[in-house]
Formats: sequence, structure tokens, C-alpha cells
Amino acid sequence: MKYYDKLIFELSKEGRCGYSLPMNKFPAAPEVPQQLRRQAPARLPEVAEPDVVRHYTNLSQMNFGVDTGFYPLGSCTMKYNPKINEEMAALPGFAGLHPLMHAGLTKGALKVYQEMNKALAAITGMYTFTFDPCAGAHGELTGLMIMRTYHMLRGDMARTKVIVPDSAHGTNPASAAVCGLEVVEVKSLENGRIDVEALKPLLGPDIAGIMMTNPNTLGLFETEIKTIAKLVHDAGGLLYYDGANMNPLMGVVRPGDMGFDIMHLNLHKTFSTPHGGGGPGSGPVGVAKHLEDCIPDLRVSGFHGNFGVILRAYAYILALGKDHLKQVGQYAVLSANYIKECLKDVYKLPIEGVCKHEFVFDGLINDGAHDDVPGATTLDVAKRLLDYGFHAPTIYFPLLFHQALMIEPTETESKETIDTFIGVMRTIAAEAARDPNILHDAPHNAPITRPDETMAARNPILKYEW
Amino acid sequence: MGNLPYLPHTEADIRAMLEKIGVKKLEDLYSDVPSEFLKKGAYALPEALSEQEIRDYFASLEAMNARLKVFVGQGAYDHYTPAVIPYLCSRSEFLTAYTPYQCEISQGTLRYIFEYQTLMCELTGLDVSNASMYDGPTAAAEAMKMAIACARKKNRVLLSRALLPHVVKVVETYAKFHGVEIGYVSADEGQTSLEALKAELAKEDVAGVIVPSVNRYGIIEDHTGFADAIHAEKGLLVEYCDPSALAVVKTPGEWDADIAVGDGQPLGLPLCYGGPYVGFMTVKKEHMRKMPGRIVGQTQDKQGRRAYVLTLQAREQHIKREKATSNICSNESLMALWVTIYCSLMGPEGLKEVNKISADGAHYLKAELLKTGQFEDVFPDKPFLKEFVLKPKQFPGLMQKKLEEAGFFAALDTEEGYVSFCVTEKRSKEEIDRLVKVVKEG
Repeated sequence: MKYYDKLIFELSKEGRCGYSLPMNKFPAAPEVPQQLRRQAPARLPEVAEPDVVRHYTNLSQMNFGVDTGFYPLGSCTMKYNPKINEEMAALPGFAGLHPLMHAGLTKGALKVYQEMNKALAAITGMYTFTFDPCAGAHGELTGLMIMRTYHMLRGDMARTKVIVPDSAHGTNPASAAVCGLEVVEVKSLENGRIDVEALKPLLGPDIAGIMMTNPNTLGLFETEIKTIAKLVHDAGGLLYYDGANMNPLMGVVRPGDMGFDIMHLNLHKTFSTPHGGGGPGSGPVGVAKHLEDCIPDLRVSGFHGNFGVILRAYAYILALGKDHLKQVGQYAVLSANYIKECLKDVYKLPIEGVCKHEFVFDGLINDGAHDDVPGATTLDVAKRLLDYGFHAPTIYFPLLFHQALMIEPTETESKETIDTFIGVMRTIAAEAARDPNILHDAPHNAPITRPDETMAARNPILKYEW
Repeated sequence: MGNLPYLPHTEADIRAMLEKIGVKKLEDLYSDVPSEFLKKGAYALPEALSEQEIRDYFASLEAMNARLKVFVGQGAYDHYTPAVIPYLCSRSEFLTAYTPYQCEISQGTLRYIFEYQTLMCELTGLDVSNASMYDGPTAAAEAMKMAIACARKKNRVLLSRALLPHVVKVVETYAKFHGVEIGYVSADEGQTSLEALKAELAKEDVAGVIVPSVNRYGIIEDHTGFADAIHAEKGLLVEYCDPSALAVVKTPGEWDADIAVGDGQPLGLPLCYGGPYVGFMTVKKEHMRKMPGRIVGQTQDKQGRRAYVLTLQAREQHIKREKATSNICSNESLMALWVTIYCSLMGPEGLKEVNKISADGAHYLKAELLKTGQFEDVFPDKPFLKEFVLKPKQFPGLMQKKLEEAGFFAALDTEEGYVSFCVTEKRSKEEIDRLVKVVKEG
């Protein structure tokens, strides 16, 4: 990767043209009245087509994607994005459909939704899905709207609180707040699981439900899920499943069978659609049969959700079929446990035992701190990994550990790639023990060195000025 | 049948890895799961398909959809997509990257978002843009929440009756659960009424007002006096815009709006049955720290070189959790890239020309349709660009069916009993003449 410094505006030259439009064969329409007309012209760049292509190609070369290398970003499930999915999503017979066409004109698209609904129901044990949410957090919000609708339809208006574990994704409490629910936190035990005894006193007539991830954000299966489900249901609440961590359960365990009433899936995680540098995603929400009537009035996005993403996920599900589903879950878990076992002598493993698709280290065992030299932190390890051609794991999350380093390898990485990664992680641990300054200054080989984030926040420059 | 080509594990790999972990078989990795929750029996899924079988199956699904020339807008516009855009957006360095958390190896994503933010500020005439939102309607819902957050005690947001129906429905849904009261401003003469607005503002409980720049009837709205009336009541003016039209119509900045939102879809995004699109939001500088979503800022690396990072993150869910300005995490980054490349190629002249050809074509179509004698003009004196409504003299069902059979998606029913038409630069004069002929021959 090499540093490239231009912005598209700096390539602009008056009179350059990058577009090709048909000759206007219509009589001229009346001009926009003066008082409704734009006064100052929009200063868009004026660039020729080759300039545009070269500029964005150069920008792309400062980027790291799954196709570039291993991306062990915990909770993000950075698996390989199959290319057939892209080909299918670009078919003109789908890409040209207007969202307001009636059902008689869009039979193929509607069949995709029906078949996806059946497939996701089979995989998760839920009854039916809505495909309107455009991302995981959007799905959470929709799921909570369904939860509130369920209570409202029963005339149970007092249920305004939702329980969220302290290990939860940040979007869980944020979604609850947007949905008008008050968040009640439940603590985790030393072993990383929800403290059932701490949960009991929280359950009452004001509880709408609980949001859970299982396996949780430490990659640990919530072994008391049966007890938790019974307690919450007996108290009149519902169980929400955050499907960000669904990958290890593929083909092995179904959230619906564990007692969850509502869940979302991240098609851009578990179902192989590309993350696109932060979207577009898709976050379909599934419900158990008794909640079917709580969906219809909700309109959370403009039309039918991110159809293009749903097409990609459907192509993936067709490739998996019932034959390969279990391999996805099992291999993801196999790779995570393998990395954990190969590194736990040099990185702190706070909780022993089998993990699911991901696990969390709490920093280095020997961070190399001596005299006046501070030890290498998780941030330093992450930045040093970039030098060796790997993306960093998720860092400083979950909040339960100060030096959290969350690793999720997914099922699409080969043993050779994983072994190379393990070797590099060991090298970095040795470097830290020897001279943590090597890590403090990392990355050395990326297009830029560490930027000054404080300056960015104190003196915000949020657009190009000229 | 071989292995799934996305899974590199060999039998030997699996054995070696299991041995290192210290378990005998893959099933042992789930020993912590209560056995009653381990799925027994087969999943109700079809057998796996090979790649060619997937192609064939999708071709059969694709063939079930109609292939029509689109003469309808209502929030999704069939503008032309330059070939460069899908080509560049499918570069896997962009496509297969995550949100740019590791900025040192994400300068490509961060730079194009910075460019996108600049372009959105230019188009809307406002100071600060975020990195994008899900779509136009959800961006409007976020603007509603922002107005409430800025207003502190006031809890009512007004929606113009001339906003696109899908925008109203999404805002209403969010409002219901966020505990926001919604009021409405009438638009009987084809444009949001200033008088009706003032009457609502007089109730002194309005935190914000959302009005369309170009409305559901395709009419360019006149917002003279809106900002003053709203600001006098300490409310926020939110303009819902078609960003393509902003190349020629008065901008939210020029109307003294506080927030601009809308859907970036008209900037070259394929219709794709409604998504993925991209919502945008720009605001006046004083509202910057109340803005939802990710924001990219410029700074320097250790060598003093220009560098870009996600910034002002103290607003966001991963830091603030339940106190965040929004729950949004992923946005629509790749579609923001799409829009950025579109604006770069089109430039100021291209975007004006897109508007000119579309408006000329739409005015031609409207005049020709009126000549058939089958419609009444609804708002004869109101200025419009690419979209307009007419009142059919007879029940339009038969005409719509004939149009479909002739290969056109046109004359979409509206809630008011009108039919809506839209013409973009993709529609030729020959297509329009054929469409009019179908209508004429009834």
C-alpha cells in the first residue's frame, strides 16, 4: 500500500467533462422561477473519466479488505464474500425493478423474499421474518418495536424497561433508548456468563424483555439460557436475540429452540454479503409465531429493505444448502479455539474453556514495561499487526476487560493463514517483551503512521475547504 | 459433490486443529451447549446448488419479473448510471472492507467519505455532513429525533402533507416509539401552506418542521418565510430534498434550513426494488455535535501528512451506549462512494443537464398527455422538474394495464386519486410518443 495524497476536488479543472448524456430532443420547458432557483452553483469537481478512474483506484490501494488479507475483527464475522453473489445481485431483471411496482410485476423478487423467509426460519427456528431493516442496529430497533407492540396490544403499558447484559454490543442499549425503553444492566459472572441471581430481582411487571447475544460477546455460550428464558417468560417479558453472533450456531443450534421470541440477523456477517466499508448491510428480524401480528404496522425503511443485499445472501444460502450449513458453524468454532489454544501462553486468557466463533484476550502476559518505558498495550499490538499484513482484531471491546483483544477468524480462513497469524502474534509478543517501543511506533509500513485523533476532534475539519 | 469452495479446511487440517485444542471431534466443541438445544435431524433447506445451478435458478427468477420502461418516481428515480461507477465500486479493497476502524489501512474509505461529506455540503448549502444513513426516510426520522434533542422540552414535530408518503410512514413509526408527537401541515394548493404552518407554530410546542424541497406532486416548493416563522418559535427547519434537483433549485442553505435530509438514490443508484440506497444528512455547524451517524475528519499523521479518521465519536453508540445521539452503526458507505463517483463524473454542468433533459421531457409528456383529453391538470401554475401528477377523468386501471402490456410502468395511483408520472434523461422522445399513443388509443 502506498500513500496517495489527492482529493477529487484537487484534480478539478474548469471545462473538463466526465459525463456522456443523450442529445436533448425536447422543446425547452419553462425555466425554474428566479425565487426558486439555486443561486450559487454547486462546486462539484470537473474531471475527465480517466482522472476519476485513476483517482479512485489509487484510493482503493490505501484500503485493506477481506480479499486483501486475514481480517480477524471480533463480532464482525469478516468471512469471504463469494463473487457469484455479486453477479446475481447485478442482474438487470432485479436491478431495474421500481420499488412501487405491484406484485404482478415483481414475481421473481417476491419469490426471493418468500424463499429467504423460509430458509432463515429453518436456520433460526423462528416463524417469520421482516426484511425491512437495513443493518444490524436497525434490526435491533425494529425487534424492540415489535417487543413493545406485543405488550401494547395486550394492554400491558407498564413494560418500559429492557434488560441488557454489561457485555452487550453498544448498539443494544442505544437501540433500546431510540425505541423509548429504559435500559437496565445485568452484570456478568467471573466466568463471563449472565449472573442469573442478579437477573432475578430485576424481573418485574415493568420489564418488556431482555436483549441477549448467545454466544455472548466473549464468545461464550450462555449455558443458563434455559433458566433465563423461563425466568423472563414467567415474568411476562420477551427474549431478544442479537444475531451478530449467529455464525457459530449455523447448522448446530437454533435461537428459536432456546426460547428466543425475536431476533435479527446480520446478512453482512453470517450470510457472507460484503461490508462495503461500513454498509450497505441488511438486518432482517425474525419472530416466533405468537408475535406474527406485531409486525404489520411497522415501517422502518423506505421500501422493501436492502433488496440487493438480500439477493446476495440468498445466493449464499443456495450454495450452502442443507449440506454445508453445519460446516460453517463448526469450522468457525474450530478455528477460534485453535488460535486461542496456540496463543494463550503469551496473551492473557481471562476465561478458560471452549469458546464459540470468537474469544477475548486481556492483553499481553509480558508487555515489556521496564524503567520509564511503558508496556505495550492492546492498541500497540493491533497497530503492529498492520505491519505484518493483517487487519487488527476488535480492541477494547467488550468493556469487561481493560486490554480486550477480540479475535474472530471465521470458517473461510485456511489453516496456513491462521498459522501465519499465530506466528505473527507470537513474534509481536516477543517484540513487546524485548522492546515495546517497536510496538508504540507501529504501524511502520502502512500508507500513514498513527494520526492525531485528538486534533481531529478538537479542531474538526469535516469537508474540503477551497 | 465436492466441498463448498469457500471452505479451505481439509480432513488433515481439522484433525490437527482438534488435536491442538485437545478434543476428539468437531461436535465436542459444543460440549457447553445443553444437549436439548443441539438441533437433531436435517434442516428444512434445499440441497446445495453448484455455481452454475445458482446462475440458472436466478435467471429463472429474473425472468418472472416484468421488464418495463420506468415512468414513475415517488422517491425512486430511474436516472442513468455511468459505467465507471459499478466498475470502481466493485473493487474489493472498497467492497470487502469493514467500517474504517483501523484508519492506517483504511485511508481509501476515509478519503472518499470525506469527499462525499464535502459534496453533500456543496449540494445542500449546509456546513456539516455525516458519513451517510440507511435511506432518505430513516434520515428524516433521525432529523425528527435531532429536532427533539435540540429543543429540550418541546415534543412535537410537524410534517408537511406534501412529503412523499413513504417518508411520512417511516417518520411516524419512529415517532410512535420514541414518544414524539407528530402534527401535520396541509398542502392543499400543491405546496406546503405557510398559513397552516403558522397556525401550528402558534401552539408553541413545535421542535421542528419537515418540509419537502421538491414535493410528492413533483412541485418545487416556495419556502419564503418558513425559516423565519419556525426560528421565531425556536424550532428547526428540516428540508427533505432530491439531491439531484439541488443542482438547480434553491438549496436548504439558501432557505436558511437547519437540517437537510434526503435519499442519494437519484444520484445514479439503480432502482434495485428499493435498496440499497443511501440517506444523507447535513446540518448547520451549531448542530454538529447533535448529529447522528459516523463523521470523518481531517488530521495529520506523525510525519505531518494529511490523514483522515472517524471523529467526534463521543456522540456514538459504542462510547455513549444508551445516551448516544442515535443507534446507527453501519451506514451505507459503499453507496456513498457510488454517489461520490457519480457527482465527480457529472460535475456541475452534467448534473444541470440531467435536470434539464428530465424536466424538458416531463413537460413534453405532460403537455402530450393533456392533449389526449383523458386527464385534468391538477396544479397548472406550479413549477415542476421531472415529476408531475394528473387527475384521470376515468378510473385508470385499464389504462395502467394497457401501459404495462406495452412495456411501460407509468401513471402510478396516488392517495389523492391522481396518477403520478416521472421522466428522466433515460427516457427518449420516441418512448414518450409511444406511451402517449397507448393512452390515446385507450
